[in-house]
Amino acid sequence: MMMKRQEKLQIDQLTVRYTTRETSTTALEGVDLHVGEGEFVSVVGPSGCGKSTLLKVASGLLKPAAGEARLDGRVINGVTGEVGMVFQNDALLPWKTVFDNVRLPLAVKGLSRSDQATEVRRLLAMVGLSEFEDFYPKQLSGGMKKRVALARTFAYDPDLYLMDEPFGPLDAQTRVKIGEEFLKIWEKVGKSVLFITHDIEEAIALSDRVVVMSSRPGRIKAEFEVNLERPRPFYEIRFDSRFKELQRQIWNCMAEDEQKGGV
Amino acid sequence: MAEANRYRSLQVWGGRIVLGAVILGLWELTSGTLFNSFWISKPSLIIERIFEMVERGTLWFHVSATLQVAVVGLVIGMIAGTLIGIGLAYSGIFERWVYPYIMALYSLPRVSLAPLFIVWFGIGMTSKVLMVVAMVIFVAFYNAFEGIRNIDRDLLDMMKTYKASRLQKLSWVIFPSITVWVLTSLRLNIGMALIGAVIAELVGASRGLGYYITYSSGMLDTTGIFTGLFLIMMIAVIMEQVVVQLERRLLKYR
Repeated sequence: MMMKRQEKLQIDQLTVRYTTRETSTTALEGVDLHVGEGEFVSVVGPSGCGKSTLLKVASGLLKPAAGEARLDGRVINGVTGEVGMVFQNDALLPWKTVFDNVRLPLAVKGLSRSDQATEVRRLLAMVGLSEFEDFYPKQLSGGMKKRVALARTFAYDPDLYLMDEPFGPLDAQTRVKIGEEFLKIWEKVGKSVLFITHDIEEAIALSDRVVVMSSRPGRIKAEFEVNLERPRPFYEIRFDSRFKELQRQIWNCMAEDEQKGGV
Repeated sequence: MAEANRYRSLQVWGGRIVLGAVILGLWELTSGTLFNSFWISKPSLIIERIFEMVERGTLWFHVSATLQVAVVGLVIGMIAGTLIGIGLAYSGIFERWVYPYIMALYSLPRVSLAPLFIVWFGIGMTSKVLMVVAMVIFVAFYNAFEGIRNIDRDLLDMMKTYKASRLQKLSWVIFPSITVWVLTSLRLNIGMALIGAVIAELVGASRGLGYYITYSSGMLDTTGIFTGLFLIMMIAVIMEQVVVQLERRLLKYR
């Protein structure tokens, strides 16, 4: 028997089906995926390839039909409390102020009021929103809301970050800016990340490894190691020749799938 | 900006007051000239009547009776309906069994239940409050039920991944989410509660605005009828304003 390196997240032969009254759709089939300790893995693929389903399984919100997902070697059965999700739409509580939104995971953990306040202020300063702690989400721009959502996840301080196209709804410029800030903070925190996106550039710029999925049913198609040094400049790295080459390869890999699918 | 807002609100209120004055003025002028004032009374007569009632102490006697029935019934109906709505939304298959029966009951003209309540509980407070509850409970139930069903799934998933307790989910997500719906049902139910109270008093009572209206009608006293109607309207407007203030407090994040 070979000793395997302990992975943060290990997914083996995962199959997920959605059953409605008439139809049964296979969202994921035979998916193998692992995320190492402190590793940043991105999953790219066409929309509807089951990327989000993958995250739901990893978070314990969804039970697989076959195969299994392990967190630190333990089979995920229900929500574990060790993962933090960042949703595409931020999932901020509209009736709570910025301060209270970031405070939420700390309150759930049962920290004392004064500890909560200190930690919230520290995180808000980190994402540059100190002035806005009394604002409601509705009064914020898309980029600011994203910062609040990130601050909240940092407050929870999970072992594994699960991010579902978190920067998707932002405009191109804000997207780069927030991505850069996130990368800087992440490089300090150093926790494992499973990042879902459809943006190849974003995936390469952020990740240690990029996984390409094909659609219907979702399968892992290829994996690409990103051998770019860290800390890396989130924007300028795009002009690096190694980046360009990787981008071309991943693009070709995804385009193949589309031709076959005839979409 | 503030200047423009103030001007705008001045414009709105000015328009409202002028419109009200025109309608009341037309009523006052045509009564006794175009129409026989015996049938349609007159605003001035109604005001006179109200003063008369204040002097004799009958105004508060009737208003308080109606108000008490309406408010007690409204509170009981809102709480019961909202709790049933929340409970049923989380009851799984049970909800599917019960729902058609609730809708069948809802389609019943609840006015026709008044005689039944009187047979059961007499013409006292109980039967009247029950009438109000019957009017109010369905809207409260339906809004709470729909409110629960419309909670953002992502918010609940988010709470789940944080391993939040049931109580934490209730206080951070579920209650705030349905507040909008409960306030809407409260607003709609003010009218329903007054209808219930007045109907119960029409059917059998010895005080209250409903009673005052039937009594006046028996005396062919149209001024009395209009006075009763006007007072009911005033109660509704004041209660609605209370809810509006409540909304301003609770929904300031919007």
